[in-house]
Amino acid sequence: MAELQLADIIKPENKVYGKSKIMTDTPLHYCYGCSHGVVHKLIAEVIEELDIQEETVGVAPVGCSVMMYNYIDIDWMEAAHGRAPAVATGYKRVNPKKYVFSYQGDGDLAAIGTAETMHAVNRGENIVMIFINNATYGMTGGQMAPTTMVGQVTSTSPYGRNVDINGYPLRITELLAMLPGAAYVTRQSVHTPANVRKCKKAIRKAFENSAKNIGTSFIEVVSTCNSGWKIDPVAANQWMEENMFPFYPLGDLKDGERDSFEQFSVQKLKK
Amino acid sequence: MGELRLMKGNEVIAEAAIRCGCDAYFGYPITPQSEVMETLMARMPWEETGMVVLQAESEVAAINMMYGGASAGRKVMTSSSSPGISLMSEGISYMAGAELPGVVVNVQRGGPGLGTIQPSQADYLQATKGGGHGDYRLIVLAPSSVQEMNDFVDLAFELSFKYRNPAMILTDGVIGQMMEKVELSDFKPRWTDEEVERLNGSWAATGKKPNRERAIKTSLELVAEKQEIINQGFQAKYKKMQEEEVRYEMIHCDDAEYIIVAFGVSARISQKAVDLLREQGHKVGLFRPITLYPFPSKIINQMADKVKGFLSVEMNSGQMIEDILLAVSGKTKVDHFGRMGGVIATPGEVVDAMLTKLIGG
Repeated sequence: MAELQLADIIKPENKVYGKSKIMTDTPLHYCYGCSHGVVHKLIAEVIEELDIQEETVGVAPVGCSVMMYNYIDIDWMEAAHGRAPAVATGYKRVNPKKYVFSYQGDGDLAAIGTAETMHAVNRGENIVMIFINNATYGMTGGQMAPTTMVGQVTSTSPYGRNVDINGYPLRITELLAMLPGAAYVTRQSVHTPANVRKCKKAIRKAFENSAKNIGTSFIEVVSTCNSGWKIDPVAANQWMEENMFPFYPLGDLKDGERDSFEQFSVQKLKK
Repeated sequence: MGELRLMKGNEVIAEAAIRCGCDAYFGYPITPQSEVMETLMARMPWEETGMVVLQAESEVAAINMMYGGASAGRKVMTSSSSPGISLMSEGISYMAGAELPGVVVNVQRGGPGLGTIQPSQADYLQATKGGGHGDYRLIVLAPSSVQEMNDFVDLAFELSFKYRNPAMILTDGVIGQMMEKVELSDFKPRWTDEEVERLNGSWAATGKKPNRERAIKTSLELVAEKQEIINQGFQAKYKKMQEEEVRYEMIHCDDAEYIIVAFGVSARISQKAVDLLREQGHKVGLFRPITLYPFPSKIINQMADKVKGFLSVEMNSGQMIEDILLAVSGKTKVDHFGRMGGVIATPGEVVDAMLTKLIGG
């Protein structure tokens, strides 16, 4: 078989991969090695594949991805720190046919916004919630996050996270999986091509769930922040695998639908 | 003539919301305004008009739900009382920054802190000077009757959409809790999706269409020079409000030598005081600002040329008096009478204050 020449490779019929039309041409501002860009791409691809650009509205967080509205070509709302699930709820309730997703980091979702996170899922809001857990506050310069590992050095835990002072890393995804309003709760990563594909499948399922009105779909993506962690991207992936995956194991925690009224009526109320 | 009822002020807020085509109410219980959500939940407007009523996990969540609903170009509202409004101030600032409409009702109680559940007007400065962070203003309407609780819901929505700015109905525990005869507004249907697109499609996040840029409802702009331009836009909007939206009521002001300035329930109390003072032969009038922002500064400044003094009557330590002093610009005497901590002044106390502080002083 003759070797493929460059002229053949660039022919449109030989194209096997391209940038999603839903991604804008704005250059991403993220650091090399950051997981955000990959997850953005997956969301854009899912929106394109499901052909729901006009029906999808995103809620951007406060954190490194605060300006993700510059990258995905849909309508957006920019929420205050921690409030994305409430903003998504308000939008979805007045526009139940729209696909609404929120996108938050660990500080946003699991510290300042814990109440909004828990209650949106507990109400079973028919929204998609995407949670980037990189165990640090990236944008403000690598401070300790609710998900920071025990012993992990950050700028506000310079001698390592000490549970006596700082408490424990929060597995909020496990908590959310217990809530009757959750339909689908999963933990993914995007550090290898195989994991990227799995994560995309999960995001697609979450958006499909949204149309079925079966409760909240929640995707945690265990991620790296090599700038915040102050190591190179390859070392960051390795550090994540060795230190984060044992504590934040990948896989589905719940896959079904929210409890129905009848299911949840454990006992009849006495008058 | 619309439907006549005997209702509580808080109940009327709920009924007026349904009738004016409100799309969603998000709230959290707090005394003395819990009847607003209780009335809505009992009325089940989702069966009737499709209006959403949702009890949020906190005031913080409620105001951010409003942010979401308002971003969709929908008519959304919330209500609370003073401590809850403090919690909402973050979200109100974000809504002002993102130029989102919406109606916030503050049924004030005494503070600071947990304070009391008794009525107060101590949130005047918070309401009229912004409340949250940043250089913004709210449109602030002050009803002084249950009838105005009805009328101002629709008006607040109209103004908040006209200026794409949150509007506040600043009322108090008396007006919220008292019952009066009210002529309810006729039902207006909620906007259809097509109407939202036609009326608000130029700015709302209704889903990105191929023929327009994506809508981004945000208050963020990191480049200082661009953020300044955005702020200049806000200021131009507030200036337009000052020119076009000032509302007030004047009672016996034509021949008045002394004028009481009061809003909300204090205006009702002061009205009686004006009658008592006139019976004693004193030419006293009542000036009632209806819009606390924009404040009726110009007319007060004009009156200051003719009258011997103004008495600001407020249920606080003297907050609106700052705006009166600015308006009067030293032309005549200005004094204040107020009770604090949830105590309601009596007409007799207002009469005494007028006599000792201005007329006899």
